[in-house]
Amino acid sequence: MSNSTLSTTSTMTDSTRLKPLSATTAVDTERTETAIEARHLNIFYGAFKAIHDVSMAVEARKITAIIGPSGCGKSTLLRAFNRMNDFVPTARVEGEISLHGHNLYAASVDPVEVRRRVGMVFQKPNPFPKSIYENIAWAARLNGYRGDMDRLVEDSLRSAALWDEVKDKLKQSGLSLSGGQQQRLCIARTIAIRPEIILMDEPCSALDPIATIKIEELMQELKKQYTIIIVTHNMQQAARVSDRTAMMMLTEDGKRSGTLIEFDDTNVIFTRPKDKRTEDYVSGRFG
Amino acid sequence: MTQTEPSRVAQQAQTGRPEWATLLRRKPRPAETVIQGLLFASGAISILTTIGIVLVLGNESLSFFTDSEVSLVEFFTGTRWQPQTGDFGVWPLVNATLMTSLIAMLVAMPLGIFAAIYLSEYASPRTKALLKPTLEILAGIPTVVFGFFALTFITPILRSLFGVDTVQIYNDASAGLVMGLMIVPLIASMSEDALSAVPRALREGAYGLGATKFEAAVQVVLPAALSGLVAAFIIGVSRAVGETMIVAIAAGATSQLTFNPFQAAETITGHIARISGGDLSYGSLDYRSLFALALTLFVITLGLNLISRWLVSRFREQYD
Repeated sequence: MSNSTLSTTSTMTDSTRLKPLSATTAVDTERTETAIEARHLNIFYGAFKAIHDVSMAVEARKITAIIGPSGCGKSTLLRAFNRMNDFVPTARVEGEISLHGHNLYAASVDPVEVRRRVGMVFQKPNPFPKSIYENIAWAARLNGYRGDMDRLVEDSLRSAALWDEVKDKLKQSGLSLSGGQQQRLCIARTIAIRPEIILMDEPCSALDPIATIKIEELMQELKKQYTIIIVTHNMQQAARVSDRTAMMMLTEDGKRSGTLIEFDDTNVIFTRPKDKRTEDYVSGRFG
Repeated sequence: MTQTEPSRVAQQAQTGRPEWATLLRRKPRPAETVIQGLLFASGAISILTTIGIVLVLGNESLSFFTDSEVSLVEFFTGTRWQPQTGDFGVWPLVNATLMTSLIAMLVAMPLGIFAAIYLSEYASPRTKALLKPTLEILAGIPTVVFGFFALTFITPILRSLFGVDTVQIYNDASAGLVMGLMIVPLIASMSEDALSAVPRALREGAYGLGATKFEAAVQVVLPAALSGLVAAFIIGVSRAVGETMIVAIAAGATSQLTFNPFQAAETITGHIARISGGDLSYGSLDYRSLFALALTLFVITLGLNLISRWLVSRFREQYD
């Protein structure tokens, strides 16, 4: 399926070398290109193994949902895609995650640059205590944007379906907005830095149903340009919004590591999963 | 069932067993009352002391200002403070106080905040657990030690750097610099608390947008912690303005109005310490002048406090 990238980057040292973009975009089958790919990923917190041997190829301009019971490492896996786990002092990663054939965990890779390409929206809306305008302008300036800032702010807010609600109060604090608006502001500032991939860590869990629907509709718009990976507790949400679904579960060896048990098109996962545990989970028999 | 219930209670009452009314009755708890009283008294003592000090200061100052030899105008506009000749212009002392404090804060604020940023954003938990208590121990060094450190270590360095003719043995620069070093741990510790109180989610938001640690610290965490930093600044300035031993030892006993930090200039506190240590007769004009000076000091700190609070309410970036 997505083995073309695997074959071009057989070792970790190879994968760090610059390669033409086409190396990853030319994929053999009917599947679209792979945006980012985890290979034999193991993540440890000290001696505890949180993630066990996860390999998955995330397709470009699709929405990939990661589902599974609490504590199975969904967020840990998600945070591996933009190296947010670096901020946990005891965290250690084995295996690799490749973006355009480059291993993000290679020694030569700057995690700050990774995060500029792989943006993130968090569980609880976390706008900066700055104005709505500054929330976006700050993110853009940080990434070296020197163009027409008013225009970028407007475009980003429009893309996040927030412009009409805030255009008359751009100078107000981002914190004066409602929870759903704050989350869309956070999406707007992520869009402002033009990442390739947007990670969303339960972006609607702190929002009411109406705000949730707005975010979900927004995601459908965003996937025309961006690759989205979303962690969600809400299986209906995964079924509603995603194209592909990754099912995670704890390993059964008693070590309580999280691992990927099934990864397929969303309708397959929800209608005819291959793994019995997936079937039990999506049909609500446990979890 | 419902009919038997009341009769059973009535029976209990008749046979002398405890009723609900008795069970629920308020019981005397003398220990609680005593403890509450003690706790209240502890708080009240410090408040009463403050009120007492202000009253004494006001009273003695009033008697100083109403003396025929002194005029309020002279006190606030005069540029000579020579009680022996009857010159009671407060500016030389105020100027020296503000100058040493300014030098101290120029040293303490940047060093303290940088140390705080290191501790809260960069240091590993182990390093932090080691460094922060050490820093706080530094704050416990008696100021008289700092005073001699200024006079015997910093002053010679300043004199060799800028010339013996430029830098006097007693000077405001040396006292201010060391006072700044003394205040660094206080600023660092308080600022670190303020920075650490900023929610982790804000930092993650910044990191997630591709901010470096320094960008996140300076442009997101620092502004969000502004009110805490200003509080640290207020406490720091109050320490500097009120600091006595260092300036008494290192800044000299000459009251003169000078803006040259390398000259000796006595501060308000230094003057009070020197004069009150001598054979001052109770009720004399000199004696009462000290209260006027103390009141001035009090007003300065109060003023700085109010200004800072106003600044905070104006520029605060609220995050909760």
